[in-house]
Amino acid sequence: MTTAAVRASRVTNRPMSSRALKPWYRNATLIAGIVIVGFLALIAVLAPLLTPYAPIVQDLEHALESPNAQHWLGTDKYGRDVLTRLLYGARVDLRVGFLAVLIPFVVGSVLGALAGYFGGWFDAVVMRIVDIFFAFPFYVLVIVFVFLLGAGESSIYLAIAAVSWVSYAKIMRGELLVAKQQDYVAAARLGGLSHGRILIRHIGPNVLSQALIYATSDVVMDIMAIVTLGYLGLGIAPPTPEWGSMILDGQEFITTQWEQATIPGIAVVVTSLGLSLLGDGLADLLAPERRT
Amino acid sequence: MPDRFRFIPARLLQSIPVLFGVTVLVFFMVHLLPGDPAVAILGQTATPDRVAALSHQLGLDQALWRQYLLFLGHLCQGNLGQSITYQRPVSGLVLQAIPVTLSLLLFALVLSLLISVPLAGLAASAPGRARDLGVRFFTLLGQGMPQFWIGIMLILLLAVNLRAFPVGGYGKTWPQHWYYLFLPALTLAIAMCPTTIRSLRASTIDVLASDYVGTARSKGAAGISLFRLHVLRNAAIPTVSIIGVNLGYLVGGALVIEKVFAVPGLGSLMINAIFARDFPTIQAVSLFVAVFVIVVGILTDVVYTAVDPRVDISKERS
Amino acid sequence: MSAAGIVAAPLLSVRDLTIGLPRSGGRPVSIVEGISFDVGPGERMGIVGESGSGKSLTLRAIAGLLPRGVEILSGRVEYDGADLLTMAPPARRALMGPEIAMIFQEPMTALNPVMRVGNQIAEGPRRHLGLTAEEAAARAVSMMASTGIPDPARRAKAYPHELSGGLRQRIMIAMAVSCRPRLLLCDEPTTALDVTVQLQVLKLLERLCVDTGTALVFVTHDLAVVNQTCTELSVMYAGHIVEAGRAKEAFRQPRHPYTEGLLNSAPDFDRPERELVAIPGFPADVTDRPPGCSFAPRCGYVRERCMHSVPPLREVAPGRLAACFESDRMVEAPA
Repeated sequence: MTTAAVRASRVTNRPMSSRALKPWYRNATLIAGIVIVGFLALIAVLAPLLTPYAPIVQDLEHALESPNAQHWLGTDKYGRDVLTRLLYGARVDLRVGFLAVLIPFVVGSVLGALAGYFGGWFDAVVMRIVDIFFAFPFYVLVIVFVFLLGAGESSIYLAIAAVSWVSYAKIMRGELLVAKQQDYVAAARLGGLSHGRILIRHIGPNVLSQALIYATSDVVMDIMAIVTLGYLGLGIAPPTPEWGSMILDGQEFITTQWEQATIPGIAVVVTSLGLSLLGDGLADLLAPERRT
Repeated sequence: MPDRFRFIPARLLQSIPVLFGVTVLVFFMVHLLPGDPAVAILGQTATPDRVAALSHQLGLDQALWRQYLLFLGHLCQGNLGQSITYQRPVSGLVLQAIPVTLSLLLFALVLSLLISVPLAGLAASAPGRARDLGVRFFTLLGQGMPQFWIGIMLILLLAVNLRAFPVGGYGKTWPQHWYYLFLPALTLAIAMCPTTIRSLRASTIDVLASDYVGTARSKGAAGISLFRLHVLRNAAIPTVSIIGVNLGYLVGGALVIEKVFAVPGLGSLMINAIFARDFPTIQAVSLFVAVFVIVVGILTDVVYTAVDPRVDISKERS
Repeated sequence: MSAAGIVAAPLLSVRDLTIGLPRSGGRPVSIVEGISFDVGPGERMGIVGESGSGKSLTLRAIAGLLPRGVEILSGRVEYDGADLLTMAPPARRALMGPEIAMIFQEPMTALNPVMRVGNQIAEGPRRHLGLTAEEAAARAVSMMASTGIPDPARRAKAYPHELSGGLRQRIMIAMAVSCRPRLLLCDEPTTALDVTVQLQVLKLLERLCVDTGTALVFVTHDLAVVNQTCTELSVMYAGHIVEAGRAKEAFRQPRHPYTEGLLNSAPDFDRPERELVAIPGFPADVTDRPPGCSFAPRCGYVRERCMHSVPPLREVAPGRLAACFESDRMVEAPA
């Protein structure tokens, strides 16, 4: 753009980038994300209060009902209320999704940061290992690891941790490579600060935002993985309600009770939407200069 | 070959350590299980005799490093072991399954480009307007859909309700293959679209605002000729890398989708092997998939270099 | 009214052109306000101004290449008697190349990075003159030769990033003149070049225009460039033309305080001992124009009247236009 046009547009409430430089409460994406995720978290926590039914109690007389007054979303093949299982399933999927991010976030970021900052043989080794893991598609490794460790919640955490840490490592390494060239680091070194202090107090806060932003999209990926594992029968063991296994159960009856396979999927879509909006909003907040 | 492509042999050489690492990882998979691998494989049917027999068959009674060398040696000869379930060489099973999965992935790639390019162009032609927001919302939704669920929904809509496509299977002749592969390929394509559209849209917007498009317009270019000569190739450059990365991720998705649609490719082979605890097959498929991803990575670099004449990879190191 | 008082019909005629950003529910912000000038056939006019004066936008408005969000709010732009602004887009596009061509400032970003330069030059002739691929390629090579590019046949196969800045700008020039336009619009084409290369490119432009009788509109912030290449001069400040006339006369005796300020603040290698005097104050903000003359806050000749009324652009001497109430005082005062 020509100079004159750039200057003029800055003043006329028609900013060239509509998302830059707004306070957080004006950022529509962020607010939408917070609202959706907040709502989901709320209903997950309040699930027992929101429904009179228990999620795992069977009632074979009322199996496979279409949505009606007593069961707003119908019942599954064991007569369990679908809405109830959906709400309780939110508890499982949301909880596991968020928790599964923690270990890879911490371990991967630390390893990547150290590799990027100190370089040398440590960097070479870590990066080689990262390359090896990257050669495998995410799902292939996760499925194999869950299988090897035996189905169940802790296996899910371990499998996801073992596979996802590499992304964080790569991101943080990249960030550190750039950060350690910055003047403020040189100044700190000249001032006699130790590496540890520089990393934690000076560089840390600056680079953490990138890992955090990635973490929000990682939660979405982890929820997808959990739901997929559930669909394959490798996830949380039944009868615990979980959206993926609900879809699996529903697929049997796709010709008659199509809602059973569809609705849990919609729940996943809404959850992902909320988390994605949250992540985008967070990215606007923490690193507006890097937005596309 | 032109100078810029000289990096290919070097890249291939650089992949070798990674390949080694991959074989190590794959080899150790079996030994990750708690306890004796043979016992774990046999599961419920383990008796001391069977365990001993299996251990011997799999060479598990030897030292670990020897087993690994044996493993490598067999690999080099093309021997991937014997499938425990089918009692046939795994290499045969894998070779049968590869063309199926490759066709699926190719089909998915083509479909995803057919969907993404027009949508990205539509969005980029009027950023901020309704059609742009619509496309972006669609990509946001698409990113949130589990791939297998997309498949099930497509089955619901197109196979069950409209009866336009089969619910699953593969067919017997090549024309039939493509017919049966359409829904699974469409599923993968829809799963792949959001990131492709995002990238293509962003780069198209950048290109349309660039000085050289201004120059082209000052020469009187517009519409199709502007797009073809100036916009398309430039906008595609960043997206090539994105597609390359996505393709690797897509293989993992294909695993699950093949199960949804009962397509007899590597994915079904792998999943069935997992449930049957057929280790040699699991290892072989994992190995193949890793090799595929590495090859795709190198191919992506080649295509990227071909499309952008400014790139000289031999000068870059990530 | 053409500055030189030419009686022949002008090639390009701009009347009361106003360019700005429309605002929904409010007054639009005008960046360029009510400017008028003529360019006769074969004339070489320089438009001088600071960054933000609107000179580039003026050029882009003529070429029909305004950026997103910026529009022509009012006025007329006539080329060879036809109104460009009301013309149907295909007709207008047909003019771009054979009649009107533009050269941009930054040749690295103004050339398509993935297309060989020969093809980029050939694109215009193929589209507008109906040449075949081979004919257009041959023409591209000959155009490159005429702009002084050594070994043009080999160079035509190169990509922009493989060439130096000076060569790239020559490519841009070759591209622009490839269809022999009658009007060449140049947006600071030498600003991004080394000083030694600047002179070569300027001489090249001048020679091409003189040889082919092409009219030139040359936008720049550098007075020395105008002195070198142009015969006519228009000075822009805050979106208005404040002085217009023959370049040599304006340099000898400026008739607007801003022009005088520009001359005094530019180094003159013929008089190296002369002290440089900067113009006090900051460039005007087009969104917040003062009620009177835009230059008044920075002007050394300012009087009461200047703060309240906007001085019109009027003839202060034969062939000389200035938008200043105190213009005559400048002639009385010593230079």
